[in-house]
Parts: sequence; structure tokens; C-alpha cells
Amino acid sequence: MNKPRPLYLDNASTTRCDPRVVEVMLPYLTEAYGNSGSRNHAFGWEAEEAVEKAREQSAALIGANAKEIIFTSGATESNNLAIKGAANMYAKKPEGQTGRGHIITALHEHKAVLDPCKRLQKEGFDVTYLQPPADGVITVDMVAKEIRPDTILVSIMWANNEIGTINEIPAIGKLCHDKEIIFHSDGTQWVGKMPTDVERDNIDLLSWSGHKMYGPKGVGALYVRRRKPRVRLEAIFDGGGQERGMRSGTLNISGIAGFGKACELCQHEMQAEGERLLKFRNRLETELAKAIEVTQVNGNASKRVPNITNISFGFVEGESLLMGIKDIACSSGSACTSASLEPSYVLKSLGVGDELAHSSLRLSMSRWTTDKEIDYTIASITKAVLHLRKMSPLYDLFKEGVDISKIQWQTH
Amino acid sequence: MAYSDKVIEHYQNPHNVGSFGSSKEVQARKDVGVGIVGAPECGDVMQLHIQVSDAGVIQDAKFKCFGCGSAIASSSLATEWIKGKTVDEALAIKNTEIVEELSLPPVKIHCSVLAEDSIRAAIEDWKKKNGHATAVDTHAVHAH
Ligand SMILES: Cc1ncc(COP(=O)(O)O)c(C=O)c1O
Repeated sequence: MNKPRPLYLDNASTTRCDPRVVEVMLPYLTEAYGNSGSRNHAFGWEAEEAVEKAREQSAALIGANAKEIIFTSGATESNNLAIKGAANMYAKKPEGQTGRGHIITALHEHKAVLDPCKRLQKEGFDVTYLQPPADGVITVDMVAKEIRPDTILVSIMWANNEIGTINEIPAIGKLCHDKEIIFHSDGTQWVGKMPTDVERDNIDLLSWSGHKMYGPKGVGALYVRRRKPRVRLEAIFDGGGQERGMRSGTLNISGIAGFGKACELCQHEMQAEGERLLKFRNRLETELAKAIEVTQVNGNASKRVPNITNISFGFVEGESLLMGIKDIACSSGSACTSASLEPSYVLKSLGVGDELAHSSLRLSMSRWTTDKEIDYTIASITKAVLHLRKMSPLYDLFKEGVDISKIQWQTH
Repeated sequence: MAYSDKVIEHYQNPHNVGSFGSSKEVQARKDVGVGIVGAPECGDVMQLHIQVSDAGVIQDAKFKCFGCGSAIASSSLATEWIKGKTVDEALAIKNTEIVEELSLPPVKIHCSVLAEDSIRAAIEDWKKKNGHATAVDTHAVHAH
């Protein structure tokens, strides 16, 4: 664990837990180790107090009431509970039948939304997967076109985890409220980074996760609206009836305490942090484009969260590019393994050509990213891309004026 | 994924990067065989140019590669191995030898297959240009 670490620009994947968060968590692992369900002694009361404080902090971050927060193990669980829980609660027909109701989501959602939807399809629900446009932004019109009389649920993420694009959430929420359809949003890449108000933004169900916002891993939350409308969910975990029966199981007290603290810190710091990160993102995008020809920033130019950029460097394969910048931890849109030569399904769904998708990097910044790190990243990526282009047969063809897409490749 | 030291060495200092001219120029050269295998949408393209004497000895080889580190290393190694060999000797090189030399993990075996394919394709091209019989079955096409 003590080797020098690479520079970290993979914060959309997970973040460092803020030391101020860790400090809040520690006592609940050592002295204050009670179960918040123990109503008859001080250990239990202490734990319950910690949970309720975190519930207030979490609710405050999104403009909700503390009673509307359900603690979970992360955004995957929150999404599953929201989507399966709402579908089963509001199903038009009982289990075992078809035509149980219609759900709308989008093709570039996270797997933690897509896979619950796929399971529901097997269980008799119809699902429409919206095809995102080239800029990745799902608009209210795209959703409106697909609404049917039997639509019971719309699930559209707030910001996309690979390209950072922001969907038209408040407007989609308004549409759903007008049509009396439950609206869920996966806010994992949004909440804590951008101002959120579930009332103003018309949200019924909102998922987010601690480890994407400088909190601990394995803890997240689901906002469940209590009035106008009162949203009910069928639980997935049955047991002790914790979290208003929606999520049984002894609560992860230290994790929840840390989650609450992380929410509080984000609430106070997001504005200044967002401005700083936006400057970094702009520097990365403009300076890399200046140094390297044929680069493309994926997703809408302006409707994006400030901490994520996804850039394709033509004629250079992503995994080899990562190898050239191995002292920078980040992600590539390419997965070159024999099992999957598939480029990122998110980029593909936007219609980014396969070879540009294979050539993409996602760089995502954090609270601790510095100007010096951005300088270093720009220099390293430039060096690696130029090194690889010297070797790239595609770059030669481009230089000769050959249109690569018109060549008959011998696929192997 | 952790790469072997040999893959890293080839990546950082690839051997015989280059070409014997533009695609048009090499097409016109009888002493040069060209092999291009793979496809950009699959994430790897290998281009091998070989310069062959009348006696069928590979005198020089150059490669270009769009692909992961293992693909680059496989093609770099292939150029090293075929230089100085007769075309028949070069055709005997098996992808498994490349796998072994570079310690490629199972998910990267296709990179070595691609290198073997590029050798075969380049030799076939040279043979065609020079009126030699080409073996129909030397050109392995892998479906995936
Ligand atoms: C948009 C989005 N949704 C859901 C998840 C899953 O979150 P968790 O790891 O907390 O289950 C992630 C993280 O990978 C994400 O980026």
C-alpha cells in the first residue's frame, strides 16, 4: 500500500474519502458501536442520533425532508429499490402476467438502471430505451413522445457517468408529475456536485452514492417523495423493518455518519469546487485540442458536469494510450480483451464511431486536483498520443487523405 | 491489467516502426509485401511491410499498429523474428511462440494471432506480386 501512487483522475469511478469524513466515522466503529435499533440503552440511542443527523444532512443537500431519505448500500441498491420497487408497487397487473406496465429509460444509463429494467421486462413489464442524440442529452420532448397510457415509471439519470452530460431533469420531472407517472433519477454523478432541489426539480425518487462524493464506499441513499405524490415502494430486502420497512437490515452506522458528513461538506463546497473544476476541464479540453490534431470532446459542449471530460484522440487506441500515461489513473472507452472488443456502449449509443470510441479517455477530477496535475496530464497525454501516432497505420492513411471508414477491413 | 516487462519494453521502444512508402508506393513495389489485418472498430489494426530478395529472404520489415500494448509488442516482435528469414521460415512462426515470448495473458492471445496473420498476409502479397503460387489455406480468417 505504500508504493508511490499514480496521479488520480478517475473520480467518476470513485473518490478518496475526505479525511473530515473519516474522522466522523471512526468513533462509530470503536466506542459508539451500538445498533440504532436498540431502543433501550445508550449505545442504541447514540447510534440512532448519528443516523438521524446524517439523514438531516443528506436531506438538506437535496432540499428534501429527513423522513424521505432511505439509507442503502450505494447507488446500485438505490436504483434497484427505486425501479423494481416502484414497478412492482404500481404494476397494472399481478405477477406472472404480461402487460404489467410501461417503463421509459435510456440506452446510455448505467448498468445499475439498465439491468433492473431488463429483469422487469422478463417479469412482464414493457421497457422503452430512449436512443440518445449525438450530444448525449435526453430532452423532455424525447420522453414525452414515448409516454403511453400504461406508462408507470420514467427513470432518467441526471448526469452521465462516462461523458458527464446533463439531461433535462426538471422538465422531465414536471412532465411526469403532470401525467401522474413516477419519476426516478440516478443522481450518482450529480448530487453533491451540482445544486439539487427535489421540489423545484420535480423528483420522486433520487439515487446517489457516498463514494462518488468523497464519502465512504458501500453506503448510499434513496430519496422517496412523501407528498404530492406519496410514493410507495415494494421492498427488496425483507426483515427487521428498518428504514420504514423499505430496507431491512441493521444500519451501517459509521458509513451513514460518514455519508451525512460528506453530504454536508459537498453542500458547502460545491460551488467553489465546481468553478475550480470547470477551469480545469476547460484547460484540459482546449490545451489538448491545441496540441493534438483530430481530438473530439464527447457529449454536449456546455451541458456537462464540471468534473468529467471524455475525449477521443483519433487513430490511437485507448488501452495503449493508458499504457503511455500509466502514472495517471483514468478510464478508457476501449476494452481490448478477447471476450469484449466492444468499445463503450455509452459512446456507441451516441453514434460515436467505433474507432473513435476505442480512442477515448475519461478524465474526472476531484476536490484535490491541482493546476500542476492538469499541466502534467496535458503534457503526458500529448507525449503518449504523439508516440502512438508515429506507430499508427490509421494516422498514415489520414495523412494520405484516405477515408478510413471507406476501407474494407478484414475483420478477424 | 499488468503487462509483462517485455511488452512494456516493446511499447516504449518498439522495433522497426515505419513503412517502405505510402500505400500507393508500396503497392507498386514488387519487392515489398504488404499485410494489413484487423479493423479499427475492433480496436486493432496491424500493418506489416516486408522487403524480400529475389531468393525469398526477408531483408527488412517495418510495422505500424493501432491497438493495445500487447498488439504493439506482438507486431514489434514479429518484425524482429522475420528479418533474415526466408518466407517459408517466416510462415512457420506460430502465434503461440509470440504468446510465450511476451507472456501474454489469455485475453491478449488475439494480438499474437493478428501478428501471425499479418506475416502471412504480407508474404502472400509478395508472392502474388511475384507470380509465386499462394497457398489458399495460409490465410486464417478468424470470425468473432
Ligand atoms: C451513474 C451511476 N449509477 C450507479 C452507479 C453505481 O454506484 P454504486 O457503486 O454506489 O453502487 C455508478 C457508479 O459506478 C454510477 O456512476
